Amino acid sequence: MGKTTFVGSVSEITPLTTEAVMTVASTDVDDLSHVPDKNTTTVSMDFGRITLEKDLVLYMFGTPGQHRFWFMWDDLIQGAIGAVVLVDTRRLADSFPAVDYFEASGLPFVIGINGFHGQFPHRSNDVREALAIPSTVPIIPCDARNRESTKATLVTLVEHAMSMQTAGRY
Amino acid sequence: MAGLGRGGDDRGAPAWQGPTRTGPWDEPQSPRQPYPPAQQQFPPAEEESGSTRLVRPYTVTGGRTQPRYKLALEALVSATVYEPRDLSVLAPECQAILQFCLDWRSVAEISAVLRMPLGVARILVADMSADGLVRIHQRDDSEGRPDLNLLERVLSGLRKI
Repeated sequence: MGKTTFVGSVSEITPLTTEAVMTVASTDVDDLSHVPDKNTTTVSMDFGRITLEKDLVLYMFGTPGQHRFWFMWDDLIQGAIGAVVLVDTRRLADSFPAVDYFEASGLPFVIGINGFHGQFPHRSNDVREALAIPSTVPIIPCDARNRESTKATLVTLVEHAMSMQTAGRY
Repeated sequence: MAGLGRGGDDRGAPAWQGPTRTGPWDEPQSPRQPYPPAQQQFPPAEEESGSTRLVRPYTVTGGRTQPRYKLALEALVSATVYEPRDLSVLAPECQAILQFCLDWRSVAEISAVLRMPLGVARILVADMSADGLVRIHQRDDSEGRPDLNLLERVLSGLRKI
């Protein structure tokens, strides 16, 4: 939800899309009738880039949140700093798989409550309770269209990753 | 989701002095959009064959689906400084990768800009690295998560942008 906008608001390049060919091994996949060979399909992933120093480049990858894309996440979390789970408060349940996944993987993550038109009708505490998120995980309002807001979310994520590391939690 | 790639500033003067081919990437249109939005390096699969619409994406890899070694999405690739040699023996896809990677580019960018599936890009880049055509910078998986020192640098970098 808003992930391409999030990446685009802070990336130095217009977000690019890469495609992975996926072998269908589950009935959980959408209708593939448009694909001549029904055993494969492609999934897209958007990403952006920020050059932080001459020899330090940060990449941000945006992937869909459904279960069936977990194979991409397994790939992405290798060496990653952490994840931002962008939550649409109108569809909280959509975020459950992502939260489950990152909790299980031990990857530092923060919850960004995506506001629409600058409105954040739900308080962080309500969202925390609904998603059953421990108090150690930051929950922050985030306007994905706003560069400063996106930056602040990323800063929170890196700080969280550092505090987890200092506490020896991963 | 955030990943890290470390670029090198240890590279000497211009990499890869092969035959000059004016690629679409030579002149970025603006600082914000260094790639052409929809330039197609290769014709879409549909146009290549008459009877069947699908050209298998792994044809160029000889059917292999696994690269020689693991390449992260954010692994940075650059064409090696190399004596001029006949590059016409290389597959067009590999020539395109060399041209594109005159500057450090990630595996993800190669896949996106040159319009090849990620798996194919990984296999070709790993092959080209084994052949000494490109250099690769990526974190060693055994290092685990980025260390505190690196996180500090990322944090201070983010605050400055």
